[in-house]
Formats: sequence, C-alpha cells, structure tokens
Amino acid sequence: MAITRSDVEKVSLLARLQFSDSELDRLTGELAQIVEYVDHLSEVPTEGIEPMAHAVEVHNVFVSDEVMPSLPRDKALANAPRHNDRAFLVPPVLG
Amino acid sequence: MSSHSSLIESSATAQLELLMRGDLFSVELTQAYLDSIASRDANVGAFLRVEKDRALAQAASVDKRRQSNKPLGKLAGLPVAVKDVLCDQDTITTCASRMLENFRAPYDSTVVAKLKAADAILIGRTNMDEFAMGGSTENSAFQITRNPWDLERAPGGSSGGAAACVAADMAPLSIGTDTGGSIRQPAGLCGVVGLKPTYGRVSRFGLVAFASSLDQVGPLARTSQDAALLLETIAGHDLRDATSLDRPVPAYSQSVAEPLAGVRIGLVREHFAEGLDSEVASAVRDAVAVYESLGATVKEISLPHSKHAVATYYVIAPCEASSNLARYDGVHYGHRTDEAEMLEELAAERKALEAAKDEVGLSRLDSSLVRMYRKSRSEGFGAEVKRRIMLGTYALSAGYYDAYYLKALKVRRLIRQDFDEAFREVDLIAGPVTAQTAFKIGEMVDDPLSMYLVDLYTVSANLAGIPGISLPCGFDKSGLPIGLQLLAPPLEEERLLRGAHMYEQATDWHQRRPEI
Amino acid sequence: MSQLYTTVIGLEVHVQLATKSKLFCRCSTQFGAEPNTQTCSVCLGLPGSLPVMNRTAFDLSLKTAVALNCVIPKFTKWDRKQYYYPDLPKAYQISQYDLPMSSAGWLEISDEKGSFEPKRVRITRAHLEEDAGKSIHDEAAGKADSEIDLNRTGTPLLEIVSEPDLSSSAEAKAYLQELKLLLTHIGVSDCNMQEGSLRVDANINLHIDTPEGKIATPIVEIKNMNSFRAVERALDYEAPRQFRVWQETGQKIGEAPKQTRGWDDSAGVTRGQRSKEESSDYRYFPDPDLVPVLVTDDQVAEARKSLGELPADLRNRFVQEYGLSAYDASVIVNQGQGVTNYFEQVARESGDAKSACKWVTQDILRLLKDGEQEINAIGVSAANLAGMISAVNDGKLPKPRAKEAFELMLSTGSTAQQAIQELGIEQVDESALVELCRELLDKNPRVVADVQSGKVQAIGALIGQAKKLNPNVDPGRFREICLELAMESSSSE
Ligand SMILES: [Mg+2]
Ligand SMILES: [Zn+2]
Repeated sequence: MAITRSDVEKVSLLARLQFSDSELDRLTGELAQIVEYVDHLSEVPTEGIEPMAHAVEVHNVFVSDEVMPSLPRDKALANAPRHNDRAFLVPPVLG
Repeated sequence: MSSHSSLIESSATAQLELLMRGDLFSVELTQAYLDSIASRDANVGAFLRVEKDRALAQAASVDKRRQSNKPLGKLAGLPVAVKDVLCDQDTITTCASRMLENFRAPYDSTVVAKLKAADAILIGRTNMDEFAMGGSTENSAFQITRNPWDLERAPGGSSGGAAACVAADMAPLSIGTDTGGSIRQPAGLCGVVGLKPTYGRVSRFGLVAFASSLDQVGPLARTSQDAALLLETIAGHDLRDATSLDRPVPAYSQSVAEPLAGVRIGLVREHFAEGLDSEVASAVRDAVAVYESLGATVKEISLPHSKHAVATYYVIAPCEASSNLARYDGVHYGHRTDEAEMLEELAAERKALEAAKDEVGLSRLDSSLVRMYRKSRSEGFGAEVKRRIMLGTYALSAGYYDAYYLKALKVRRLIRQDFDEAFREVDLIAGPVTAQTAFKIGEMVDDPLSMYLVDLYTVSANLAGIPGISLPCGFDKSGLPIGLQLLAPPLEEERLLRGAHMYEQATDWHQRRPEI
Repeated sequence: MSQLYTTVIGLEVHVQLATKSKLFCRCSTQFGAEPNTQTCSVCLGLPGSLPVMNRTAFDLSLKTAVALNCVIPKFTKWDRKQYYYPDLPKAYQISQYDLPMSSAGWLEISDEKGSFEPKRVRITRAHLEEDAGKSIHDEAAGKADSEIDLNRTGTPLLEIVSEPDLSSSAEAKAYLQELKLLLTHIGVSDCNMQEGSLRVDANINLHIDTPEGKIATPIVEIKNMNSFRAVERALDYEAPRQFRVWQETGQKIGEAPKQTRGWDDSAGVTRGQRSKEESSDYRYFPDPDLVPVLVTDDQVAEARKSLGELPADLRNRFVQEYGLSAYDASVIVNQGQGVTNYFEQVARESGDAKSACKWVTQDILRLLKDGEQEINAIGVSAANLAGMISAVNDGKLPKPRAKEAFELMLSTGSTAQQAIQELGIEQVDESALVELCRELLDKNPRVVADVQSGKVQAIGALIGQAKKLNPNVDPGRFREICLELAMESSSSE
C-alpha cells in the first residue's frame, strides 16, 4: 500500500504533529520506503494464527479496591506548563 | 591515580567484597568514579547529569551505617548509573527529549526504588536515543555519546550512555532498557555485558514507555557475575505493573559460577546469511568452538520467521509508541509552545485564507487547541520520534489496522513458536549481536531503514519475550569489540548468566580496556 | 399524526460503579472534592505510570452484566481509544472495543398505567471503561482559559448500550427507570444523575411509511440530557423535528452523516453540535499495559447467586405472596429497595399486607414525594407502622383515629402504643357503650321514632353528643348499637 503525501498530511493531524512542506516531502519518501519494507509481512501465511498482543501469557491481574492517599495538589500541578494553583490551564477550548 | 585506575577496573563483585570487609569506603569508590567521569566523560558524553553531591552523600551514609553495623542493602556502596528513562522521585527524567527537559517525576520507578533500597549509589543519568528510539544514541536531544573504543564511532543505542559509561570505567554497573536490542546492541558495540531479561521479569513501573509490550529493564556490567548481582537486585514481581511476572527471583549471583555441563547450543542457520560481517561471523564461530571445548554440543537450528522480525517489530513498536507518546501534548506536563506566538500565527493564517476567500482552507484551519498540541509536540520531539509516531499512527488508522498491526501480531506469534520449537532441541541459542561492529557517527542518520536493520538479530527476543545476553567475544581488525548473543527460554536468565560466565572463564575478551 | 412515522430509539448509558477507588489507581472516587486533589501519577497519565485493574470494578461489572441477562464471554481484554482532549491526560481512554466483557442481554420494561405494552429491550453490550476528567470552559464567549480538573479521571464506568428497541419517549424513560432501579437494587451504582453517576446519550431516528415503502431518516445522537425528564422532553422534541427536516429535505439514512445534537433544557430544543475533526478514527488497539481477563462459568454462577431477588422477581412475589395487585406491586417495587423493604416489614409484622400496602402507597409515598425525605429518615419506622395497623385490627385503636395517631407518631417517632396513650384513646368497653346508647336514645325519643319510621340517618344527631361525652367512642360501633336498640324497642312494643 503506497503511502502518499496526502496520507502523511492526514496522519500528521491525527498524530497532532505539524510539518513544513519540505519536511512533509522528505517524510513521505522515508515512510514510503519503510512501509514498502513492512509490506512484506503480507506474504507470511497466518491463517488460524492467534494475534499475540502480549509477550507473556498472564491473565486476571487485579488489585483490591482500597483508597490510598493522592498527590498533594501542588505536586499534581508541579509539572504543568500553566496552572492557577487549582487547575491545569489551556487556551480557550470553546470559540 | 594508579590506585584509582586499578580500583575502577576491578569488577563490581570485587569492589563489593572490599566494601563489605571494610577495606574500602564507598566515598572512596564513588569519588574514584566521579574522578573518572570528570576526566573522561568530556570525550565520551555518556552522562546527561552526574549526581555528584547526592552520590557522595549516599556513599557517606552507607559508610557510616556500615561502621555502626547497621543493616545494609545488597549493593551497599556500589555506584550504579541509570539510563535517563527511569523515574527517580523529584529529580529530572528527560528521556533525552526536549519534551521532558524539565520534568520531575513525583515518584520513584520500581527499579530505582529497589536500587535505593539496596543502598546503591545513584551516580548519574546516562544518555540515550530520545525515548529509547534508535540504535546509536545520536537521537538524543542533548548530546552525542561516543564509543570509548573509537571516539569517531557510535556506542550503539538506545542505551548508548549506559554501555559507554561501563566500557570507559565511569561506573561499575548501569541500568539500561531494551525494546528491540537497546541493551544488547550497545553492550556488543562497546564490549561489555548486557542482559535483557524475560518480559515481565523486571517491573516497568516508572519506566517511561516506548513500546510497552516489548520494553524491559536490564543490567549492563563488565562481567556476567556483576550483571547477575544487578539483575537479582532489580528483578521481581511488582503489584504496580500488571504485566510483571509473579515468580521467585533466583540468586543469580550465587549460581552464576556453576558451569552448564553438556549444554546444547543452537546456531541459527538464518543468522549466517548475507550481510553478516566475516570478522563477526568468525568471532561467533570461534566462541562456539570454545563452548564445544567446554563440553557443549552444537546443533544447527532454524528460526524460519526470523527474516520477518524487523518488519514485525517496526509495525508493533511504532504503533505502541504512537499511543504511548500521545500523552506528551503540553497540557499537564512537558513542553508547551509559546501560546502568544501560536495565536498570532493562527490569526495570520486565518487572515490570509479570508483574503483569498479560501473556504476549504478556513474549514480546515486548526483550532487554537489543536494548533497548541501540534506545535508543542513538533517542537518537543526530534525527527526519529516523529517518524515513528507517524508510522504507528498510520498503521493503526482506519483501514490499515488489519494489514499492519493485526498481521504483525500474528507473525509475532509465529516468531515465538519458532523459539518454542528450537528450545525443544537446544538449551541456548548463540549468534551475533549485530552484523557489523560499531559504525561511524553520522553514517546512517539519513537512512532510517538501514538503521532499523541493525536490530536484525536482537528484535526477535523482544517480540518473543525471551531473555538474551550480549557478551564480548573478540575484536575486529580495527580494534572494535564484537558481541556474542545468547538467548534462552522464558525465565532462564540463570542459564544465560551461567553460560556467559563459563565462556568468560575460558577467555579474556572481557578484560580488555579501551584507551581513553 | 401518530401514524405518520415510528420513532426508533437506542440508549447509551454510562453508570459510575460504586467503588471506593478508581479503575486503575487507588485515588478516591468521592464526589465533590476540590479540583485536582484526587489524582496521582497513574490518573494524571504521568510518564512511566501503569494501570492495574480494580477487582471490585470488574466484579460489579460482572454482576451487572448477569443481572442484564448478558452473555459473558470467557475472554475479555482492554483497548485504548485514542483522541486528544485536555481532560484526557493519556490522550487515550482505556475501554473495551471488539471483545467486551458482556453482550446480548435484555431488560424488560412495562408501564403500570398501561401507556405501552410490556417489552423486552435488547442490550447490545455492556463494557467497562475509565472516565475522563472535567473541562471548565469560560462561559462568556470562550475568551478566558479553560480549567482542567482531573479528579474524575479514571473513575470506573460501565457503558450499557441498548439496541434501537425503544419506540417512544415513555418507553425510553421506563427503560432508564427500570435500569436505575435494577442497578441501585443490586448495589453496583448509586445512579445519581446530579453527580454524573448516570449519564444518558440517545440515538434516535424515524421510520416513515411512504408510498414508495418504509424509509429511515438519518440517525441523530442527543447529548447533554441531565435528568430522565430531560431525556423524555428531548426525544419528544426531536422526533417531530426530524419529521419536519425529512419533509423539507427528503434525506434518508446514509445520505447525511450521523449528527450530534445537544439538548438545551431551558430553551427546550436540541441544537446541532460542531462535529469534532476526524473524530471517528479512534485507532483502537489492545492496551499492552493491561492483561486480559478470563471468566469461568463458576464466576458467572457466583455473580448470579450474589444478585438475590431482582425487582422483577419482587413484583411477582408481592402479587403471589401478599395478594397485591400488579399495579400496587409495581408502585412499591419501583420506589427502590428502601421502600420495598419497608413495605415487607410492615406487611410481615402486622400480618395485614393489604393495609400495609394502603398505608405505604398512600401516606408513606406522599411523605417521600413532599418532603424529599429518605425512607429510612421517616418518623414512623416500619415496626411502628406495623404496630399501628395491628392496634387497629385488634380494636385498640379506632380506625377513624388511626390517621391522628399516625401524624403523632410521625412527628414524635413514638410507637402506636405511646400515641394511643398520648391521645388519651382508651378502649370503650362494649357494655359502657351500650349504656351510653341507651341513655342518649332515652333522652331523644324523637330520634328513636325517626329511626323506627325508616329514617336511619337520624342517628347521626346522636354521634356528636356521644363524642362529647366520651371522645373514645367509635362512631361506627355506636351507630350500630343505637340502631339495634332502637329497632329492638320498636319490635317489643
Ligand atoms: Mg464510552
Ligand atoms: Zn490516581
């Protein structure tokens, strides 16, 4: 499946990345080359093979429902680029 | 200085014995490594930050407690360097990324907590490829790390700083992480021992994720005995990591010296195909001959799907990475773009589109929030990270999931089944770590695909979840180290370490030192 | 008008599970805390943090799925649903995509007033997922910064999706009421809509009969309905709106993208919402940080056993065991477990289910409605009400004064016995009553004559006099005796 420049532009929005025109051109070429390489997977017969999402077969891992102390608010906000001592701040989401 | 150099050239196990006997103070040992860093790291660039004051304070505390016969941890007084990808409470963890340049985790990763509990001296944080993506440590946002054996060459990666600091005697032990070979490959290229444990053997809690189903933390050291010591300190079940294995941790450092009698070693037919450097191939064959002389039987085996391992890896790892790195959006932590500038830029774009009456362009114009995300992320991440995020986002997007991600998960199972099959006939699989010895810095930066192919021999272990170790097995004509990789079935780290140790006892590659 | 089209409604309900801590970390789920005081490295999505599943959240989900008659697969897993929003710190929500923990269930609904036929509403699936945080936007034109509070992030939710089996707002409301009743009854959620413990989105479109055959209009999703009443109103608004749009545009399903509309409760209208860009590409994939869950038949059987009697079972039993009408049984059970238990205690202890039902459905329910009181906060305990009913049946409390006693018990919390004493009610002994009747009849020969000539109501004039002489007189009994005596005297003459 050949990847096009317009695919790359669409994916850049999905991934919340921004590229200049020349970056988009270069990236399209690089990704096309990698995708072409990866496309060889389609040649491997996999009928009846279960997908393997985890490296180990572990199931049913739970912890019990007990409240533990949360972070103090100043700690929770400490790494925020912008906050007002009670909440994280972002530019207006509406409008 | 000469007493210093003999001290820092001795093994961590020997240093620990001196410390325990009271013949060596941790402050002395720590200072010796700090001196080594001061004189060598300007050339090597292994450390992003050296925690001098904290290290000396920790060392003094250990010495004091030892003098008053207080109980001490397993590594009491031994310096350990940590890859800058494991959270250490209230100190900076950057993952060698601008994105996290100022990030301070409010908690300890389990591995760091275990090191602290073992009274290890946390001497500094080592350089790496940004978010562990790369095989040369050239993708660090902050600095280049050089191979101590040839400063023009790369140390490998992504744990390049972790391998280089041990190779150059700037730390006796270090912690790395391995997602596709990131411990074993730099260990091989720097001539040290590096072990990637079974997936789930070491907790990933507090390890900043690259590809969650592949990432493992592991030790780098001068010898397999030292690696055993560090592994038994950091391994074990962790309730905070659902994928961690609830299995007892063997006393690796006790059993490591027992040779494997009559061990059956498999040589993978597919490993000796085109592309493998002849000097590397012969070093590996020589190493296998050493095993034979020690009573091992050698058998050729096949891993028929191994040729698809890199393709499988470069679907699964970027898919998981694209998701794991989505959280770096400049809202709750990490880099955020200059908002005023961003708003100005958007306003100017809107004006231009309005002037041109470009309705389509206007309807597509980012909202201020979307633009904040896009700019923050594009400024915070380097080229390789962005490339992989793009690749993973593409492979998971509507219409491509089955062809790429799902297909890769199925091939992954076939790769694992190949190993299960092989380990019915052999106890260990031996082979090269990389096809070539250390490459020149800058040689592959413009060719991502060739860079990816460097992982050819290492990624299968991550896909299958099995443990692997890299150990020095020779040098090429240019004096660059060659690594031997041993692979074992899940949870057989003990077998790997014993196998590595018996080889070390019969050879002296691990005793060579680079001249810096 | 009503025959021009049929309305087709499916509901998506998110309920917050009644756990103490969050789904993947140990922060409290308590409602109403100061912003960002219930967060940790996991629910803040800090680098390196990992989720571990809350066992109780899974158990409660399993219990719900069984109560909803769902099929429980043996294998279930967790997926990441990926989108960017400031209140979603990891930029993905841990949810379930292709292998949810339950599917293909049903819930029976009916209306005691008979406005629609009882029906079985199919449940497509119920799956466990984590909640997002809260964005507080600047109301005035979006000029100021938005504030992000992550206290709610990671709270366990069960998303229950119905098939489009509902065909009116009344059915939708009944479905929600029955669902809420069931979930609160089995204790998996408090379903408090004000606190966001129960949230409803509705998918609605129309099937219209046209000369060319039956056609379907484009599906609209309605959000932002904050009460069952709002759901009812929004659906009642939306159906005719869609019909008007169809008349204007003729657009059929598939000819327009699925639209999202928000309900404006004060204006009483739904309004189109700006669709999020490329919103549908969530890039779901299995979460590598969480391991799958295997559910055994034994666990399912255990969950089924833990349910006990469900509301539908209770309604049947009240009809069978206590002889209530189906209507009364529904009225009681629909009030929830508090009232149901209250009724049962009164019925058992008084041995008079009919009276218990009458008192509960009339007086008690009125109190609950008026005073917004909780059943267990009401002044008359079930034991005391049962005592009062017994006192009436034993003749210790004249029926006409029962109400008076009830009011007193209500305000003072006293027993029937205490109230009877307080009110000075003493049982008037039968011979004393006969004596009194005789005395009054003797004094009022006129009344006797009237009665004898067939004007029975003349006795009424004596009742007031009797009550003045002895307030404990039971007027009914007094009347009976007087009549008897008056007739006796007539026949003896
Ligand atoms: Mg949902
Ligand atoms: Zn939390």
